[in-house]
Amino acid sequence: MSTPSFGSDELAQFRRTFFEECTELLADLEERLGALAAYSSDVEGLNAIFRAVHSVKAGAGAFGYTVLVGFAHRFEALLDRLRDGKAELDERTLAALVAAADVFSALVDLARQGETPADDFGADVAEELSALLEGETQTTVPIRPTASAPEAPPVDRSYRIVFRPNAELFRHANEPLYLIRELKALGTLTIDCDLARLPAFEAFNVDDAYLGWTMTLRADCSPAAIAEVFEFVDDECELIIEEIADAQAEPEVVAPPPAAEAEATNSPSESKSYETKPADAKTAGKTGSISSIRVDLYRVDRLVNMVGELVIAQAMLAQQFIETRKQDDPGALQGFEHLAGLTRELQECVMAIRMQPVKSVFSRMPRLVRDVGHKTGKDVRLEMSGEQTEVDKTVIEELADPLTHMIRNAVDHGIEDADTRLAAGKPAGGVIRLSAQHAGSNILIHVEDDGAGLDRDRLLAKAIDKGIVPASAKLSAEEIDELIFSPGFSTAAAVTDVSGRGVGMDVVRRNVQALGGRVQVVSTPGKGTRFTLVIPLTLAVLDGMVVAVGWEKYILPLTSIVESFRPGRGQIRVVPGGGEVVSIRGEFVRLIHLARVFGVSEAVSDPCQGLVVLIELANGSKLGVVVDELIGQQQVVIKSLQDNYDPVSGISGATILGNGRVALIVDIEELTRLYDRSTRIAEATRLPVAANA
Amino acid sequence: MAEPQDLPNVGPDAAAAQARQFISFRVGDDEFAIDIMAVREIKGWTETTVLPNQQDYMLGVLNLRGTIVPIFDLRCRFGLGLTTATRSHVVIIVAIGGRLLGLLVDAVSDILTVNAADIRPVPDVDQPIDNAFLAGIIPVGDSMVVLLSLENLFANHGPANAAIAA
Repeated sequence: MSTPSFGSDELAQFRRTFFEECTELLADLEERLGALAAYSSDVEGLNAIFRAVHSVKAGAGAFGYTVLVGFAHRFEALLDRLRDGKAELDERTLAALVAAADVFSALVDLARQGETPADDFGADVAEELSALLEGETQTTVPIRPTASAPEAPPVDRSYRIVFRPNAELFRHANEPLYLIRELKALGTLTIDCDLARLPAFEAFNVDDAYLGWTMTLRADCSPAAIAEVFEFVDDECELIIEEIADAQAEPEVVAPPPAAEAEATNSPSESKSYETKPADAKTAGKTGSISSIRVDLYRVDRLVNMVGELVIAQAMLAQQFIETRKQDDPGALQGFEHLAGLTRELQECVMAIRMQPVKSVFSRMPRLVRDVGHKTGKDVRLEMSGEQTEVDKTVIEELADPLTHMIRNAVDHGIEDADTRLAAGKPAGGVIRLSAQHAGSNILIHVEDDGAGLDRDRLLAKAIDKGIVPASAKLSAEEIDELIFSPGFSTAAAVTDVSGRGVGMDVVRRNVQALGGRVQVVSTPGKGTRFTLVIPLTLAVLDGMVVAVGWEKYILPLTSIVESFRPGRGQIRVVPGGGEVVSIRGEFVRLIHLARVFGVSEAVSDPCQGLVVLIELANGSKLGVVVDELIGQQQVVIKSLQDNYDPVSGISGATILGNGRVALIVDIEELTRLYDRSTRIAEATRLPVAANA
Repeated sequence: MAEPQDLPNVGPDAAAAQARQFISFRVGDDEFAIDIMAVREIKGWTETTVLPNQQDYMLGVLNLRGTIVPIFDLRCRFGLGLTTATRSHVVIIVAIGGRLLGLLVDAVSDILTVNAADIRPVPDVDQPIDNAFLAGIIPVGDSMVVLLSLENLFANHGPANAAIAA
């Protein structure tokens, strides 16, 4: 596997680049495959998939991943047949392609991890591919010779190939001999060397290219297969691939060629007709891809960090200037304002670098819906919108799991089977809508189905059965819907192989919370269910409320703050065990003194002298956090404490304030647990928080 | 971090190759030293942001050009009480096993160049400071400097196998 001419560092670097490319290629493949429909003639899509497989194969070959290459070869062969119209894209073939894509990507993963796949890995899929490959040749010829339009019997065709390399071809270390050998492998090849351009010996330039070849190939292959041989050199040579009508090629040659070739023949440059087509497809399919570059995420993070520092340094400088010079220099003051504007803009630009459209996650979903729909025997259509909505790259990666889970649930449990739907007066096919949009500094993602809605009776029965709520509980419809987020709660009457067992929406909620977001559910019986994810656009900045507690300043995440108020004496009650609650609009909310939980001295201890910040926790319950005062709202850059220290409970991170000091970001979800520990309130005396029952 | 003693011990440079450098500093009346290779920066004391519910010798965190660095009171770590830090106190920023942390000391004294062979083992005597924190004794003139083991001092605040010689 080693290439002796490179150092191990270089090789590792190449390998890393290869796998990075693989990730992109596989994503593209997945997207194209998702768009592919049975019996369609999406030649461009097939070409794109073929190219992705082919590029991975080429790289894999260079690194010696033989299993991957072997599989890619079969995959490629089937794709080739499909795009040449020699095989039909029926349901079975499509299923095989989808399965093959899975195995393919699994093989890439294994190679990435340096593991050798088991001998029988993906063997069933490989066999299916082979079966399809063989099956097509056998069935097309004898049984239905004129059945479908894109048919081409396996009769040898003749091609005239004129190949004249330019000097660049040699400069890029290509070797015509290898290309010719590859051609020879396709069929019978006769070669004539064209010496016409060879100059007199004294005029001979060693760096120039003079030779050309005219070849005749008789082979059972498509023009595209020939063009593919020249794939990596086609802009560095003069190339003509022409099919020659010969005696054996009866009416078949006259018969309409597959779409790609049909279009290609119409193209003005007749000489390069066959090989320009795939190249066009590539550029058309990836519009704008040339205008982007690949940058190591670490570098971007560093940039984000440095700009964050710049913003702080600028703020400190301005503050000092104003304090010392007492604003007697309007020119300089104006300069500082200008600088402030520029740094802010710079920060926005840098943040935008990390932003990517959610499309990369959304594009996996059509495929998922099709798979799950197939398994459950339901006809489900996925409608997507807002794929271009941008969100931080790290957020995107974390979105995949929750979305997959929710979409799978929607198909499996949300959408009813066709008979039930028809009986309810709905169209037999269900619709799932997946949409994304920006809302302030958050992204909103909706997953909506037009199914039966949540079965509240069953939800409640199950919750009582599992002891999640007491049997006597009277819950509102919304509260019952919320139950699906309870740990270990699975609504499916029967556990299917689609929606797993045990792991449910609670995991989704936990994942979303880990991102600093929320998930809500709205269900209308008979009409459907809608899940809404509210997730911050980035994990790098946070909209925070700076609060003072004693000498310390803390940041509370703004998204969870409902309101803040100074309670009157009568609103505060002490409950047995020493805990305090505040009554607000008839609701009793637990109070937590930040100073007590964090052990801060010289802080306000009477809530009526300080402020209560009302916070809504992710599970919907409320909490009153007692602080001295509110300093103000601020967007802060989140820094990790754990780079240099251990996790601190109750603290999710830190940031640097305008004065250069560190302020801690409070992990409000953790506060309750900390509070229970610090005040040792017995479980028995815990108040039912925010329950109106 | 290539340790000097790893160098081939040949020729007239052998003595120089065995030499190691330490930064010595003062805590109370005592002189201590740490390997200079671990030191990243020395700066004056500034107020820290206190982290909730930590050990008393953990003074909180500082902003070191955008990096959050935890600061420890060395005197307190030795069990000799909290330092009342003033502007004249010094924080030595060190790297241990990929993490940065700051040590609050009274003052930085000197840079010592010591022949590795001259470092004495710590005698097993009754003393206020935990023996595990000490890595050796360097005689300087007629007095001595105590060489600290950083990884033992902060064993619970960093990777246990922190690769640092002190």
